[in-house]
Amino acid sequence: MRGAVATVMVLAWRNLWRNYRRTLIMLAAITVGIWAMIFMAAMMRGMTDQIIENTLNTLPGEVQLHHLDYRRDPSVVNRMPAPSAALREALAAPPAVAWAARVRVPAVVASERDSRGVVLLGIDPQREAALGSLPEKIIEGRFLEGIDDRGVVLGASLARRLETGLGKRVVLMSQDPDNNVADRGARVVGIYKARLQGTEDVFVYSGLAVTQGMLGVGSDVSEIAVTADDYRLMGDWYQPIARVAGAGVEVLPWPQLDNFLDSLLRVQDGFSLVFMVVIFLALSFGLVNTLVMAVFERIREIGLMQALGMRPGLILAQVLVESIYLLCLGLLLGNVSAWLTIKPLESGIDISAVAQGVEKMAMGTTLYPALVVQDMVMSTIVVLGLGLLASLLPAWRAARLDPIRALSRH
Amino acid sequence: MNVTWLLAWRNLWRHSRRTWLTVAAMVFCNVLLIFLISLQLGSYTMMIDNTLGTFSGHIQVQHDGYLDQQKMRQTVPAAAELAQTLRGQDGIAAASARGIAFALASSEERSFGIQVVGVEPAHEPAVSTFPGLVKQGRFLAPDAGADSDEIVIGAILADNLKVGLGDELTFLGSGRDGSFAAAVATVVGVIDTGFDEVDRSIAEVPLAWFQQVFTMGNHGHSVVLRVNDFDAVPQQVAATRQLLADDAALVVLDWDALQPGLRQAITSDMASAWFMYGVLIVLVAFSVLNTQLMSVLERTREFGVMLSLGMGPGKLARLVGLETLMMSAIGLAFGVLLGGLLVWYLSFAGFYFPGMEEMGKRFNLPARMYPELSLLAILWGPATVFLFALLAALYPALRLFRLQPVPAMRAA
Repeated sequence: MRGAVATVMVLAWRNLWRNYRRTLIMLAAITVGIWAMIFMAAMMRGMTDQIIENTLNTLPGEVQLHHLDYRRDPSVVNRMPAPSAALREALAAPPAVAWAARVRVPAVVASERDSRGVVLLGIDPQREAALGSLPEKIIEGRFLEGIDDRGVVLGASLARRLETGLGKRVVLMSQDPDNNVADRGARVVGIYKARLQGTEDVFVYSGLAVTQGMLGVGSDVSEIAVTADDYRLMGDWYQPIARVAGAGVEVLPWPQLDNFLDSLLRVQDGFSLVFMVVIFLALSFGLVNTLVMAVFERIREIGLMQALGMRPGLILAQVLVESIYLLCLGLLLGNVSAWLTIKPLESGIDISAVAQGVEKMAMGTTLYPALVVQDMVMSTIVVLGLGLLASLLPAWRAARLDPIRALSRH
Repeated sequence: MNVTWLLAWRNLWRHSRRTWLTVAAMVFCNVLLIFLISLQLGSYTMMIDNTLGTFSGHIQVQHDGYLDQQKMRQTVPAAAELAQTLRGQDGIAAASARGIAFALASSEERSFGIQVVGVEPAHEPAVSTFPGLVKQGRFLAPDAGADSDEIVIGAILADNLKVGLGDELTFLGSGRDGSFAAAVATVVGVIDTGFDEVDRSIAEVPLAWFQQVFTMGNHGHSVVLRVNDFDAVPQQVAATRQLLADDAALVVLDWDALQPGLRQAITSDMASAWFMYGVLIVLVAFSVLNTQLMSVLERTREFGVMLSLGMGPGKLARLVGLETLMMSAIGLAFGVLLGGLLVWYLSFAGFYFPGMEEMGKRFNLPARMYPELSLLAILWGPATVFLFALLAALYPALRLFRLQPVPAMRAA
């Protein structure tokens, strides 16, 4: 039996190269197909990664705590007390690496020239830094120095629209819990630049304690964000936090905070698979064709082998092994060429020409393709699995040949 | 029937299974291309209609620089009169003047900074879909003048401000001249578009009232135009610019300037779509190349005989070409037929991909997509496949020119 297997392997290999032109053309087709599968998957993954990263950077913290009504009505009324000792402990427990509490309310910022609606963030700079949620780049001045910093930091785009600048005064207006106008004047101490212009227009940073004082909410906050530094880390690691958070506070992980991201991730994997299957189907016609012709040319030979006592199972195996050789060679070449083309691109592809179009999806001006083993494995499974399925028909036909009839062909 | 044609037709069916498999590859690819291209074109049309139809219109007249800075003082003088004039122009379906100001809106319980849009109640419904989406109450009365304090607001905004029909909203802001502007308006309608971003921010008041509150005089910030024929936007922009030639401060902006993301979103989507189409077409071309090369190689002896009987290699190449042509034509015919039927069916039944609603919302697309049945979408893909199949047959056909009759006849 061992000898038979070895013979089948050798026979299949030699058969593959009998008509080397046909094999090479088919090989080229499979290589192109697999390359395309992996390339497309890497591009899409790169895109998704970036969308998620950018979005999480503007709403940082993979898990957030809010007052039950806050997400529907982000008003100062829907606030919660500063974290208790028990909650602080839960927030600091691994895998969580950092947390920050902030005040986050709609506000109006007015310069002497103009006024705009913004989201006022009252933050603790040290904590936000640990969370990795500070603005990307401070282009002028400095960032806030502590929760008592009386200055504000504006986005570059907002500063332009307000015709204000570093060192100028602006007025922040919002409402206190009793719907009285709460306002304070503040000096612009820094101007930041963000990856997305939308971010620059919306977020205004101010010290946590100063903001709480302006709104008259004591030490209450609107939002507590926690990060474990890996957005892919799903599961229930935040459950202990939820247990001590108390009633009236909801604890949600990011897929529930942002439905778009969640559906994006699900759609991406589904779409990659659909793309791979479609490409494979286009390939499969050629593959089946090649095998059908290979069997057809060898009808006499197969008849002879059967007459000499080779069992149909081995003939079936012979055709299947030939197909596997072809697919594996194609997979190897396809994966290598995908790796060779994607690796140099991983430093980023400039897509600034369409930047405003993709900004809606929270993409920046550079696309970083991400080659991951998962996509390569997925393409291999699709190609080998469906490839074998497609080869079964010609192989089965070859095994079922009647030796006498086959021998008397021609 | 010409003997070459007959020969080609018969040759095609010598290996009927192989021919059918190759044709099947073409049909598969054709149907897929027809489906994808129709879906794509359908979604672009919808994206453009939905994005521009909601608010921004096809063309706007604004003060130079207003688009970027949106400053209160960058105005269009006599805006309503200008809209009236433009309405009379050929090819303009609708025109409406607007003013936009930023203000702090307060109800009994809440205060929010919002953008108040002053619109012409009688003409706004023709350039924007928002007035049609009033779910509670009504839109601004068509004859609402300076003394009418009506306002319609988005559903989420109403929720957040905790106001309903008949409640009052107080506005604090600054007028065009920098003066303090304050007014009270009564909610007469609530707009529910289903898009959170819009429902959270939209607030519309009569233009005349807006002009009075924000000391605008007869000025506005933009005149929004809708054209009859979307493809004629460039001509309309030129015509409008001509009309405004004597006011250098005004600019005429087309939809691409107003919504720069739109064209780019389409471009980036096209790029990834073309990648997929290209791969599919190349794979089919390989399939055809394989088939035709095999069919030429297995007929080496036969071709040797034909050559020695005096048939020129050119004629043989033509024969192979004809075979490919016939095969591709069958693929084209079946592909167009099946693809056309599929798209025709989907164009009224709709197509749904799970999880698409959230994605679609970002681009103003509905959850269910309706592909667009058009000649271009149906013929473009199959025609390209046809062309590439013919190109793929070039190599096998050209090989015939190197064939020597005697060795060919001796070939195994």
